[in-house]
Amino acid sequence: MALESKIPEGPLEQKWSKHKFKMKLVNPANRRKHTIIVVGTGLAGASVAASLGELGYHVLAFSYHESPRRAHSIAAQGGINAPKNYSNDGDSVYRLFYDTIKGGDYRAREANVYRLAEVSGCIIDQCVAQGVPFARDYAGYLDNRSFGGAQVARTFYARGQTGQQLLLGAYSALMRQTHAGSVKFFDRREMLDLVVIKGQARGIIARNLLNGKLESYTADAVVLATGGYGNVYYLSTNAKASNATAAWRAHKRGAFFGNPCYTQIHPTCIPVSGDHQSKLTLMSESLRNDGRIWVPKQKGDKRKPKDIPENERDYYLERLYPSFGNLVPRDVASRRAKDMCDEGFGVGASGLAVYLDFASAIQRLGKDIIEQRYGNLFDMYKQITAENPYEAPMRIYPAVHYTMGGLWVDYNLMSTIPGLFVLGEANFSDHGANRLGASALMQGLADGYFIAPYTISDYIASNKFEAVSADAPEFKEAENSITAVINKLLSVNGDKTVDEFHREFGKIMWDYVGMGRTKEGLKKALTVIPKIREEFWKHVKITGNAHDLNTELEKAQRVADFMELGELIAMDALQREESCGAHFREEYQTADGEALRNDKKFSYVAAWEYKGAKQKQVLHKESLKFEYAKPSQRSYK
Amino acid sequence: MKVTLKVWRQKDKNDEGRFVDYAADEVSPDMSFLEMLDVVNVGLVKKGEIPIAFDHDCREGICGSCGMMINGRAHGPGRGIATCQLHMRSFQDGDEIVVEPWRAQAFPVIKDLMVDRTALDRIMQAGGYTSAKTGGVPDGNAILVPKPAADEAFDAAACIGCGACVAICPNSSAMLFVAAKVSQLSILPQGQAEREARVENMIAQMDEELFGGCSNTYACEAECPKGISVRHIGRLNHELLRAKL
Ligand SMILES: Cc1cc2nc3c(=O)[nH]c(=O)nc-3n(C[C@H](O)[C@H](O)[C@H](O)COP(=O)(O)OP(=O)(O)OC[C@H]3O[C@@H](n4cnc5c(N)ncnc54)[C@H](O)[C@@H]3O)c2cc1C
Ligand code: SF4
Ligand code: FES
Repeated sequence: MALESKIPEGPLEQKWSKHKFKMKLVNPANRRKHTIIVVGTGLAGASVAASLGELGYHVLAFSYHESPRRAHSIAAQGGINAPKNYSNDGDSVYRLFYDTIKGGDYRAREANVYRLAEVSGCIIDQCVAQGVPFARDYAGYLDNRSFGGAQVARTFYARGQTGQQLLLGAYSALMRQTHAGSVKFFDRREMLDLVVIKGQARGIIARNLLNGKLESYTADAVVLATGGYGNVYYLSTNAKASNATAAWRAHKRGAFFGNPCYTQIHPTCIPVSGDHQSKLTLMSESLRNDGRIWVPKQKGDKRKPKDIPENERDYYLERLYPSFGNLVPRDVASRRAKDMCDEGFGVGASGLAVYLDFASAIQRLGKDIIEQRYGNLFDMYKQITAENPYEAPMRIYPAVHYTMGGLWVDYNLMSTIPGLFVLGEANFSDHGANRLGASALMQGLADGYFIAPYTISDYIASNKFEAVSADAPEFKEAENSITAVINKLLSVNGDKTVDEFHREFGKIMWDYVGMGRTKEGLKKALTVIPKIREEFWKHVKITGNAHDLNTELEKAQRVADFMELGELIAMDALQREESCGAHFREEYQTADGEALRNDKKFSYVAAWEYKGAKQKQVLHKESLKFEYAKPSQRSYK
Repeated sequence: MKVTLKVWRQKDKNDEGRFVDYAADEVSPDMSFLEMLDVVNVGLVKKGEIPIAFDHDCREGICGSCGMMINGRAHGPGRGIATCQLHMRSFQDGDEIVVEPWRAQAFPVIKDLMVDRTALDRIMQAGGYTSAKTGGVPDGNAILVPKPAADEAFDAAACIGCGACVAICPNSSAMLFVAAKVSQLSILPQGQAEREARVENMIAQMDEELFGGCSNTYACEAECPKGISVRHIGRLNHELLRAKL
């Protein structure tokens, strides 16, 4: 099957408008007759479900959460980008486009990224109208801050809780449509399979988590907005329940998986405190504006930080990157921290941390200013570690944060399965090999409010839909295969819990498919992963049954899928013999230790096709063309 | 450190439920309360027993999923935190800790420490929004909001919908939750058009969901993980009066 990106012809800045004009429309009176399933009600899912409902479609929305407001999007802190140029500092759609392409290390599609930049301004307007309390200046206008990877102030924010406020906005729009009867929301339902009939996505099977019943739903189109897969690594900044099951099962039904190896590591997270650790907490990137990162010059120095004199400290980012210093991009900051710890300079009980020190900023600006800027983050740090960052430096370490990879989609956000659309973090589309801060919220809402409603209408208007019933053999087959998996899991009755397996698996992923990857390491991962997967199916222990609320069983299915996806991540990382953005292959670096791209050979999107449990996945390549933003080597010296 | 837990176990909504004692013997003070429960659960599964069910997701105090009564306090000891932000260093070696679900008629128990809080969503459906259509809105800076109003609206909007206010209220009232949303939207210019209908519809829905009325005990404010102030209840009452007049 050939990959068709369906990028419209014409100059970059006219592609989207022309495409919108060409797309077919559905008569308002006919929309009600079309059912659209939306799986996931985070930013991307809630916004698309509300918008489609408002257009008049019959929308069924699903989430494993009790309420859409619980989705992982709620946790985003920093902000959302839009080139409004309210700061009059020279911002433009083109500049946001350029920064995003460059930040993604020239591994994203120009047309998609340009469209994202183009519609992002409308998102801010939409959210303001919903009552999102963005930060304001004293004149009552919207306030902006600057963020990593950009030299203009284009980030809109609501204190440190931007994701929460944007999600509550989308959630309120969804609640309005629910009240109006155009959207029906199904809570605590986990989609476990996609049903494809005659080549079209025509429904899903969801498990009712309260009673274990499998429920079948039919539709004319299915939207997945199910989030990212960072929890493959067990420890990440993602919410505990975030998982890849919906995307993975759709992949097994024919949707190609794009760039699975692009996983982002965030440099400033609170380090692991012990084996009990269940997740990691992000400390906003903005801290690097005033904090200085250092380690002791002497290996294994166990003195308290305040007892280590200035001349025995190594402010290594300032030393290595005199012009960007502590503000180098996420991937660079993360890798250098790991290097320092690997070489034995790490601090804290585990040796897996570096200091982020505010002493000189406090001396220079006063404690009040620092408190105004970062008070809530300092409190959060103190709450978790019982240490006071006003007095002693924070300890930080990189952690898995975001996945740029995801299901492959064309310009219309449709996967390789006709009628299956993928939105938000679940798709691979806009961030290339590395995502810039404040751009995931933007992408999720762009997809949901302003792109998918048009492209889905076009799909509905351009296709014929034979009536399908939930009794169709394709539904029965899917139900039976889910039941078989569940029964098999419950019958193992081994001696190791799901979490123990997940932790062990995550460690392998982190060690060999994490921040610094090598051919050897990846090959090793590819031999170890099938073994641990086999162990899992032989020794996992799940108590309870399939007909009750059973959290262990829920987790087991997700972990089983992570173990398959993990293998694909390693395969993808192995074939990409270059370093780009967040994908760092030790063998491919410049003399200064920076990512060394190979545009001649690897300027493509890797899209993987599932061929069955016993067969190797097949790699398809969508080559990337850069007509406007010409690839160059990043430098932060 | 070691602690003894008295945990409410209830198979499903029809089961009567009972306290069951568990010993947690290898507790580190750095563990969060939920991580301590994770460890207890691993032990239970290994023994072939059913683990304790509880809601949680973000584990950083923002999604509003977690929530339990710990020693009679909603979200346990400590101010301004959700259950997931509580650490074991808040307890002493040898402590007995009583853990129960939120108890309110409007929040039926689903299992163990998990309750059904969808009533809060239905209150939101009744009016917790502005009817802004996708796309049909003015430029963001066309609507000016004075900074103090924006800040006050944000303070109200910070509610995470956890239901602690209901759980701690002697009347099981959802007044603080409703007030937070009504207050946010009545302060902002965007919320003016539907101001009267919103407050009336949300309150009517709250009553229908069997939440009690407010008798000004202010327990809600004391236990709210986001410090939502009872002055928003004052504003709600004002809004209600204004709508009726
Ligand atoms: C700590 C943190 C801070 C961040 N800060 C920022 C920031 O400042 N700016 C920024 O731009 N980005 C930020 N991000 C990234 C951003 O928050 C996410 O990428 C984005 O919110 C993802 O939104 P989404 O709608 O795609 O998915 P999610 O919000 O993850 O929603 C997924 C939805 O799918 C549902 N779901 C999943 N699987 C199934 C299934 N099988 N069946 C049924 N339902 C299912 C879930 O219930 C949920 O409703 C941050 C991320 C983290 C972790
Ligand atoms: S008002 Fe406070 S206690 Fe009540 S639901 Fe909101 S955050 Fe929770
Ligand atoms: S788990 Fe999200 S608030 Fe506690």
